[in-house]
Amino acid sequence: MSSILSTRGLTRTYGDGESLVRAVDGVDLDVAAGETVAVMGPSGCGKSTLLHLVGGLDRASGGEIHLAGRRVDQLTERALARLRRTDVGFVFQAFHLMDELTVIENVELPALLAGRSPRAARARATELLRRVGLDAKGDALPTALSGGQRQRVAVARALSNEPVLVLADEPTGNLDSAATLDVLRLFEDLHEAGQTLVIVTHDERIAATADRLISMRDGAFVDETRLTGGTTGHLGALAGLEG
Amino acid sequence: MLLAIAAATTTLTLGLAIHGVASDPFQSSRETTAGPDVTAVIMPDPEGGAVDPAVLDGLTGADGVVDHSGPYPVAGATLTHGDRTMDVQAVGRDTEPAAVDRPAVTDGDWVRGGGVVVEAAFAEATGLQVGDPVTLAGRSFEVAGIAVTTALVPYPWTTCLVHCVLGQLPEGMRSAPGAVREPGTVWLTVTDVEEIASGPLSYVSYLKLADPDDAQAFVDAHNQDQPGAPRLEPWQHTFEQVTHLERNSQRVLTTGGWLLGILAVASVAVLVGGRMADQTQRVGLLKAVGATPGLVAAILLTAHVAVALLASAAGLVAGRLTAPLLSERTPGLIGAAGDPALTLRTIAIVTAVALGVAVTATLVPAIRSARTSTVDALNDAARPPRRVGWLVALSSRLPVALLIALRVAGRRPRRVALSIASMTVTVSGVVAAMAANAQLAAQPILDADTETQRLGELLLIITVTLIALAAVNTIVVTWATVLDVRHASALTRALGATPAQLSAGLSFAQVLPAFVGAVLGVGGGLVLYTAVDPDEVPLPPVWWLAALVPGVMLAVAALTAVPARLAARRPVAPLLQAELA
Repeated sequence: MSSILSTRGLTRTYGDGESLVRAVDGVDLDVAAGETVAVMGPSGCGKSTLLHLVGGLDRASGGEIHLAGRRVDQLTERALARLRRTDVGFVFQAFHLMDELTVIENVELPALLAGRSPRAARARATELLRRVGLDAKGDALPTALSGGQRQRVAVARALSNEPVLVLADEPTGNLDSAATLDVLRLFEDLHEAGQTLVIVTHDERIAATADRLISMRDGAFVDETRLTGGTTGHLGALAGLEG
Repeated sequence: MLLAIAAATTTLTLGLAIHGVASDPFQSSRETTAGPDVTAVIMPDPEGGAVDPAVLDGLTGADGVVDHSGPYPVAGATLTHGDRTMDVQAVGRDTEPAAVDRPAVTDGDWVRGGGVVVEAAFAEATGLQVGDPVTLAGRSFEVAGIAVTTALVPYPWTTCLVHCVLGQLPEGMRSAPGAVREPGTVWLTVTDVEEIASGPLSYVSYLKLADPDDAQAFVDAHNQDQPGAPRLEPWQHTFEQVTHLERNSQRVLTTGGWLLGILAVASVAVLVGGRMADQTQRVGLLKAVGATPGLVAAILLTAHVAVALLASAAGLVAGRLTAPLLSERTPGLIGAAGDPALTLRTIAIVTAVALGVAVTATLVPAIRSARTSTVDALNDAARPPRRVGWLVALSSRLPVALLIALRVAGRRPRRVALSIASMTVTVSGVVAAMAANAQLAAQPILDADTETQRLGELLLIITVTLIALAAVNTIVVTWATVLDVRHASALTRALGATPAQLSAGLSFAQVLPAFVGAVLGVGGGLVLYTAVDPDEVPLPPVWWLAALVPGVMLAVAALTAVPARLAARRPVAPLLQAELA
């Protein structure tokens, strides 16, 4: 299976001399198309930084990043913006929805930024909201939604421009168990639809749903496990969330 | 906060000080110089033939006349000072003070044999000083003094006591033989005037009436439209001529003062907004260590009242020192369009505004903190943005930069209203100044017309001050906006907006209100000037007005470019992570 994403010797350092911090330290990563990879580790181990590097939100100090067949670590800011617009979708722990926009306006925003017509952007947003089960909430403001619903809106927004890769940073970090199950099911749907996912988490229940689990410590990968149950099996039972 | 309030209070002091400039220099000069109520002149026939000054004596005994001086002889002559040659009208006066019209000597002494006294505006325009040697009609004199009078209009629009020409003659008209051009006025002894005269003399008498308000009626009753009859002019005519530009100066100062004051309040409003946002986390910290909302308010109030008092004192001093630049003394009169004064009212208003800023910036966050949880205050939770639905819908149909701009603007409608108001006030002032300049340019002007030049300078200073304050407002509002939308900006970039699109969007968010303000300001400026000066309808060149709106937009784009560019290039990841911190 071909790699959608690969990194070689990826490094991100802060400071210099004695105060040098290696947030990401020589990471080699390959993610195949349609694969779900979970990255686990304690707080501060560099997993969010890794996600930001891969998604073009941050600049690497060294190493290479290849996404969808092209090297992206040396792109200009403008080209990186285009990359985020077309090839990458983000899901954040804090949702990062715009409170002054309705649900559907939040979801259609990436399409509008990508230059799609308002009609096409709205149609795509409507379809995505139906897909995440929130088609009835399109005109609501995010503040009127529960945490789980907000995260589903964020997922819908991440899919707006049909990205080749969705990056999720602690997607259930702010959610209760029921909402976590909602989001897990959504990721399972995405996985089954062939969406490539990289999920950074410290929640073992989320990690257990992935095809592959990578453990990270002090900026480096320390363990890698291929999970056979994953999202193809009985998600709820495996994650221990169904009562 | 000290510097910010001091800047605002300086501007406010300046505005209030020059707004209070409404003293009447003509009236005070008239009282000091025992100015006449009626001036009566009799001139010889241009073709030759002397006049009898006794004709004027008939007026001195007329009903209503309670005092008089004159008749005094007047001769047209050429004055030479160094290489310069100027026309003058030389009035013969007694060495003793007269009952009516006692020119106030501002430098040197009154007339003496061989000593000439020069009218103050003429002296200022020509650079004549006490002690200067001059030649009058070929005879040597020394400048004995400089004096002010209200019996005639000061140089260069001098009341002619001999046949004279002011400015360009209308086409087809010829000046009288021997007429002097744009003369200044000098006083000599009667003997000296009679000696320098090269032809028949004119005579002038000054009359004091029982009731100065009857001057026009007296003139109407005694003016005879026939050769050899005296020409009478009421004091109101001199007043109108003298105070024409003076009143314009006062109008400019008063209107400029109001505009500066409004802009200062707009600056203060922006500062208060920023200050309130800054206070939130500090209030949370105080609450977290056990302070009650009342104690929090007391602590913040004490600190800020001290700062505000210090800032207002600095502002008052700076404003008072700056105000004279906008209100210089007028030559030809005693006093000025107004010496700006630091009145108790000004001090009270400026101090009240500064204290108001401090109290508002203190109490509102304290009250807010009482209503919100300590945790939220500690987290410095951002004020929720407003939603303007139609603006969001409209923005969806626009290019990305404009989409961002409209949505940024829509988040804070009050800030946008403030920007529009600020720009409307500024452009109104600029347009009014342009109209006034157009009016000045259209009227006949003499080379030595220092009053008109001064008015032009006054307009320029006020215009520059208005623009500078508006520029500061624009930069402050832009920074406030940039800080307010930093999370939304980071998210927009994470979702695919390029730095250039975001930078342009943040800049356009300021340019759009500026555009609205500029359009309103163009109309408002013409309305403002028409309201201030309803008698004279000005119209600046249309292309000036047409260029003003794009000019304002370009200027705002330039002013906002740096903060917008800096904001658009901030690293995205730390900002998105910050909310989790």
